[in-house]
Amino acid sequence: MSEPLLSVEGLEKHFPVTKGLLQRQVAAVKAVDGISFDVVKGETLGLVGESGCGKTTTGRLITRLIEPTGGKIRFEGNDITHMSQGRMRPLRRDVQMIFQDPYSSLNPRHTVGAIVGAPFRIQGIKTEHGTKKAVQDILELVGLNPEHYNRYPHEFSGGQRQRIGIARTLALKPKLIIADEPVSALDVSIQAQVVNLLEDLQSELDLTYLVIAHDLSVVRHISDRVAVMYLGKIVELADRKSLYESPMHPYTNALLSAVPIPDPKGRAQRERIRLQGDVPSPLNPPPACRFHTRCWKAQEICKTIEPPLETLATGHQVACHFPENAPATPEPAATTA
Amino acid sequence: MSFLELKDLQVHFPTDDGLVKSVDGLSFALERGKTLGIVGESGSGKSVTSLGILGLHKGGRAKLGGEIWLDGEELVGASAEHVRTLRGKKMAMIFQDPLSAMHPFYTVGSQIIEAYRIHNDVSKKVARKHAIDMLGRVGIPQPDRRVDSYPHEFSGGMRQRAMIAMALSCDPELLIADEPTTALDVTVQAQILDLMRDLQRDFNAALIIITHDLGVVAELADDILVMYGGKCIEYGTAEDIFERPEHPYTWGLLGSMPRLDRDRTERLLPIKGSPPSLINVPAGCAFHPRCTFEDRTGGKASTEVPQLVETEGGHLVRCHLPRDTRRSIWETEIKPSLEAS
Repeated sequence: MSEPLLSVEGLEKHFPVTKGLLQRQVAAVKAVDGISFDVVKGETLGLVGESGCGKTTTGRLITRLIEPTGGKIRFEGNDITHMSQGRMRPLRRDVQMIFQDPYSSLNPRHTVGAIVGAPFRIQGIKTEHGTKKAVQDILELVGLNPEHYNRYPHEFSGGQRQRIGIARTLALKPKLIIADEPVSALDVSIQAQVVNLLEDLQSELDLTYLVIAHDLSVVRHISDRVAVMYLGKIVELADRKSLYESPMHPYTNALLSAVPIPDPKGRAQRERIRLQGDVPSPLNPPPACRFHTRCWKAQEICKTIEPPLETLATGHQVACHFPENAPATPEPAATTA
Repeated sequence: MSFLELKDLQVHFPTDDGLVKSVDGLSFALERGKTLGIVGESGSGKSVTSLGILGLHKGGRAKLGGEIWLDGEELVGASAEHVRTLRGKKMAMIFQDPLSAMHPFYTVGSQIIEAYRIHNDVSKKVARKHAIDMLGRVGIPQPDRRVDSYPHEFSGGMRQRAMIAMALSCDPELLIADEPTTALDVTVQAQILDLMRDLQRDFNAALIIITHDLGVVAELADDILVMYGGKCIEYGTAEDIFERPEHPYTWGLLGSMPRLDRDRTERLLPIKGSPPSLINVPAGCAFHPRCTFEDRTGGKASTEVPQLVETEGGHLVRCHLPRDTRRSIWETEIKPSLEAS
């Protein structure tokens, strides 16, 4: 396998909970609690999980919008974990972000030209035929009319605004794009347009994506590999096919079986795994395996020993004491990632 | 006459920019014990319809037309006071966002008790017991303690359960759920959908479920109504809509949706363009600027509004394409492209 573009090792973010006059720290919200994964050039890694599992925090840590409390982030081999704002700036060209809400992520007082042209201005980049031409080319690339250069965001529909957001991230030809719920705020028919656009851009511009989403069917459609998060941990990481066809972690199984199927035939017979209760608070997560409070396979060991993330089949990592669909003997090369 | 019947319902809003025809001639009927799913994109008029049935447009700027018959009573012309006595008792609503639909100052229990005592002449003590019963029925653990909790002390799923308990507290015969699970995580959504299915069976209410998620309606609905630009463009049983859809918009919705129950398709098949503005609804068929098959209608699409016509056994379609053309397009072009490539 080629050198990973992005490599994350034991990444942690604990938000302090403070109390009293002296702002003494009394607890910590372990939003992201030691996760490791690689993103290889040209692939799409999907990060799925329910609300509060830390997937958005992970995206913000990688873009260094918030400061990690532990672990390492390497981009193209360089350690960027605690790089200063000033030294990060040239790197920001290469790592860009698409946000969820196309309404709040665009400045209503700026024209489309100013929004998409901002990266050129900030990075001090001169283009051959001027910024305006460059911006119009990008607008065309994402399927917007270049003549709309002087319009304001409110003149566009939700789907078009999301295209403006995508155009902005593409301005400086980034290497890695982190898309945080890029389609969940859009109508179904528009979602498909944006998903197709992201795929086209990837093959055209040789992009690498980290897609953060809660919709398992969208993630299956766009990802090459998928990581499932639960309460700040990655519980399963595998290529698309093995994760969706033979999931090993009970949580992944439960997630997949909870997705409503748009097929009214046989809905009465459909077998479902029903999880009880809600996701526990990350302020006080269950000890050892964090899923044991809702897991139907949980035994004594799950409450005392935390299962490590192990490679049980080629490219298939799981953190569970009692994995399903696992091959009889673990691969000899099995190591903790 | 059916339990609930809408006849040519219109909800129009006069604005400075022009008349917004949010709902423009909607008719359907629903029996007790049945579930109707209303599907559409934002701005298709699905929520405005439900507010219209509940009489929540009364006193506002909306201009209502047509008829709404609930159990033999006409509601469009009825007084606001009269509709108020029906709300809660005869019909109730489950909203999308339970946090903003509940009052943050009052405990969950007191909000259920208030609604119950408006419609039933009982003491506070009896009403409180009823509230505890209801919370228990919707699966809230330790209901006798949770009855005194405030909405913010509940998790999202619990709050939605509490709201369902509130809606069901007076045993309504018509229950309208507007995007009841959109704000919830997928595992919690599955719990709530199960709960709604069970409760509907127990209470034998008529249920209208409004959503943009075709998966959710496929789980619950007996009949499905697809809305576009304030009009019903296709109506049929759940099987009609998913197995033999006849409207190009319905095909588009099905093609836009990645599915976990089938092999992954190489490309999604989106609908081009975006939903219309309700001030300037396109002339003729509102969907024609986005329709792939518009050229096969012989130019009628942009000039004539198509009628909602029955194609077969209660399956209604509003489309200019001849019936045989629609069927052959579905069988030969659309259906194969939805299956994995």
